[in-house]
Amino acid sequence: MVIIAFVSAIVTAWSYYKYTTVAEIEKQSWRKFSRIFFYIHAVSAISIAVVLFNIIYNFRFEYFYAYSHASRALPVHYMISSFWEGQEGSFILWIFWDVLLGLFLIHTNKSWEGPVMVVFSLVQAFLVSMILGVVIGDLKIGSSPFILLRDVALAPIFDINPDFVPADGTGLNPLLQNIWMVIHPPTLFLGYASTLVPFAYLMAGLWTKRYKEWIRPALPWTIFSASILGMGIIMGAYWAYVTLNFGGYWNWDPVENASYVPWLIIVASIHTMITFKKSSTALKTSIVLVILQFILVLYATFLVRSGVLGDTSVHSFTDLGLSGQLLIYLFFFMFVAIFLSARAWKDIPTSDKEASVYSREFWVFIGATTLGLMAFQVILPTSIPVFNAIVEAFGGVSNVAPPADQVEFYTKFQLWFGVALALLTAVGQFFWWKKMDKTALKNALVTPYIVSLLVTALIISLTKVYDFTYMIILMAGTFTIVANSTILVKILKKSSLKLAGGSLAHIGLGMILIGVMFSSGYSDVISINNSGLTYKRDWEDELNKENVLLWINKPLKMKDYDVVYRGRNKKLKGVPGYVSVNKLEELDQVNKALATEDIVVDGEKYFSKGDEVDIILNENSYFQIEYYQDQELKFTLYPMSQPNPTMGLISSPDSRHFIDKDLYTHISAINSYGDPEWGDDQGYEVVPGEQFHLGDYVTTFEGGEVLEELEGVNLQEGDIAVKAHLLVYDNDREIKLDPVFLIRGNQIGKIPAINHDLGVKIQVENISPETNQFVFTMNSSQKDYVVMKALVKPYINVLWMGTIVMLMGFAVAIYRRYDEFVKMRDKGLE
Amino acid sequence: MKKGHIIGLGIIAIAIVIIITSIGDASSYESFSTAKEMADNGDEDPIHVVGSLKKDAVGTVTGLEVSEDKTSFTFTMVDNDGTEQQVYYNEPVPADFVRSEQVVVIGAYKSQEMFVADKILMKCPSKYQDNEFREVAATN
Repeated sequence: MVIIAFVSAIVTAWSYYKYTTVAEIEKQSWRKFSRIFFYIHAVSAISIAVVLFNIIYNFRFEYFYAYSHASRALPVHYMISSFWEGQEGSFILWIFWDVLLGLFLIHTNKSWEGPVMVVFSLVQAFLVSMILGVVIGDLKIGSSPFILLRDVALAPIFDINPDFVPADGTGLNPLLQNIWMVIHPPTLFLGYASTLVPFAYLMAGLWTKRYKEWIRPALPWTIFSASILGMGIIMGAYWAYVTLNFGGYWNWDPVENASYVPWLIIVASIHTMITFKKSSTALKTSIVLVILQFILVLYATFLVRSGVLGDTSVHSFTDLGLSGQLLIYLFFFMFVAIFLSARAWKDIPTSDKEASVYSREFWVFIGATTLGLMAFQVILPTSIPVFNAIVEAFGGVSNVAPPADQVEFYTKFQLWFGVALALLTAVGQFFWWKKMDKTALKNALVTPYIVSLLVTALIISLTKVYDFTYMIILMAGTFTIVANSTILVKILKKSSLKLAGGSLAHIGLGMILIGVMFSSGYSDVISINNSGLTYKRDWEDELNKENVLLWINKPLKMKDYDVVYRGRNKKLKGVPGYVSVNKLEELDQVNKALATEDIVVDGEKYFSKGDEVDIILNENSYFQIEYYQDQELKFTLYPMSQPNPTMGLISSPDSRHFIDKDLYTHISAINSYGDPEWGDDQGYEVVPGEQFHLGDYVTTFEGGEVLEELEGVNLQEGDIAVKAHLLVYDNDREIKLDPVFLIRGNQIGKIPAINHDLGVKIQVENISPETNQFVFTMNSSQKDYVVMKALVKPYINVLWMGTIVMLMGFAVAIYRRYDEFVKMRDKGLE
Repeated sequence: MKKGHIIGLGIIAIAIVIIITSIGDASSYESFSTAKEMADNGDEDPIHVVGSLKKDAVGTVTGLEVSEDKTSFTFTMVDNDGTEQQVYYNEPVPADFVRSEQVVVIGAYKSQEMFVADKILMKCPSKYQDNEFREVAATN
């Protein structure tokens, strides 16, 4: 199937080439032929995806891909994420999107179909070759997702039984077990895939010598990629914010940078393309930028997948030995693009007119340049590992490492670029809609300027922003919002919403800037450790301890809150919220448990004692953290943690969302919970009603009770079963422990009571009927605890809202530009 | 001079500033001995050191000490030259820490004896590797 897809892609490329070059009379048949082959390609590409999903869905663990990315415990929507967890799957996703885009283009284009589809099919051929998995001698072309496990692993089991199929897979990386991971990769890959469209139009334009005309059809697609890729990036950021525990949404990780840089360039190219449409300048710049964005997407793929990032990134793929192939892919399209544009270079119309300072072209050009510089500043240090690899390939030694504090390093530039951009959009938008000279400009800008100064002053005094840098950012952000809103209102009054895309997107930019400033600049760690339990080294005072240790039930003061850890919980199928592990007894089957108490939530009974319940992913524990203010429970957070056998502790934060801030809590370390190590026996002799110290706890022995029946034991005539009732006090909690003592003939049985939270195991050793004295034996282990970190992120909602506004702006712009293209096409001009 | 030239020069100037600061801020991979020399010379810039955890003959990690409140720890690291060094990290022990094949610490010497890491990167056994698989297959 993969081979059919590969061959059909090549045939399509060739036949579309023919179609484009042959004389008019033969075109019809060539087009038919090409289309048939593209359909064959489409069908085979889609069936590859279906087959792979089928393998995962039906747990065909004899396949390596299913074995290493899926497991039986996964719910269906996470099986979807298993699909693209591996490199091969993500390539298939990419191919799949390209196929859909290709089909769409075939049916929406007239004269562009031929040349555009040549480029498309070539790219498809390269992509499919990545999953070809053909080995010729030492040369490996692609890595197939359909390899059988026994062909990959050299386990001795296959010598004994070649048909061995593992019972379960190793499962999905728990970090990816998140709903955002189900939709983030497809969105991002659609973004990546769609960058091909403007590139294909450009190549087609250069090839068929339509140097100017390619802009119109390409423009809506460029905006489309910018919005989809932007959305994918934001989803990734949001995923990082809600799942990863680095305490933020953006970490300047190479993988993140690799998607951010092409996005900047795409946005820059949108601007130059729009300028060209308005005033026939900046064509060459547009060409360069459109090529660059596509090449950068390929370069990003190379960075992430070649393993070259190695120890600089937390989440790059492992090397599958495909880096050479990726490089060929990269260079092939780079050379084709350079060759075609070089050939056309002198024929490309330019304007010799010097752009005046009061022209919109000037300002848009400066804006695009700023975007370009931003991209350059990020891609340069990100490529340090590549630089090292190149130096080493030539026998040199390079020990350059990326900046030690990435966040600080990138922020110090990107922030100022952001400010510059914000100011440029404000001024630029005024130029865009009106011819300006000095006085007109002054008049237009003075009102928004004063308004934004006032608003800024208000915000500064209300939110106490006293840092000079942050004041400037705030000012720039507000200015953009105010200025663009002014324009937005004007546009809406005069004409339709269709033209409002630009100002909407720019308002979004201003909001993002302000949101980033507050949520990062004023992010406040509230879990500062004041326990004084340090090594007491002199320099250690300089370091802030940003984690606190919470013993179960023991309150701790944290800034405005008193925080109490209350124990572990699980999620159950069919039960809202969380259920304490103390009410559950794990069964041998995966994700099954026995309810040891009735499960009641908000007065409604969901399960009775003794019912079998389904746990939603048994590995995940939710740690109940209560936040009190003035002795009153304000809210409870349940950050998740999963001790993973291959990856260690995987934590996902939980946040309390307020309108003006988020309180973000995540687990850094937990008590291991498997089989506890019990300490030495400690004996106690007590009579009913007596209060005594059980280890560290004050405990009341309430008395013994003779049982008529005992769960799990068939009581016979003459048996005596006594249950001891103990009440253990731990801070504000009372915990009941009821060990049972059983006498049958000469034999005695002891059923201990265990509480993992307190780390207590107690059993009745003996009862002396004369004195009514009970002898208890207690073993203690580690009391349950969590180490956690809590942060306050102010005004982060402004950031998310800003991104939504920006995406709305993009959507409006796509609609407008696509509409233009359709009108022109229907007039028969394209 | 034309405006275009001024802008061009401006862009080039900014680009150069970016390149220079990138080089200036770029850290470097060092060994503990060169790191110590740097610290002795008053250079406090954070650097990267690549190495692994100290292990005894059986392969268990030695020298790992967790503070009483479990929010920081020290460990002994051996760099690629074989130099042993105590490293302090002001965060709880990452759970897969002892299983890591290779660690990269980013930080600097705070005192003569102690290297303080601002950040630790770990390379853990990949699940694509065969030896890992053997374990899993054997237990199945």
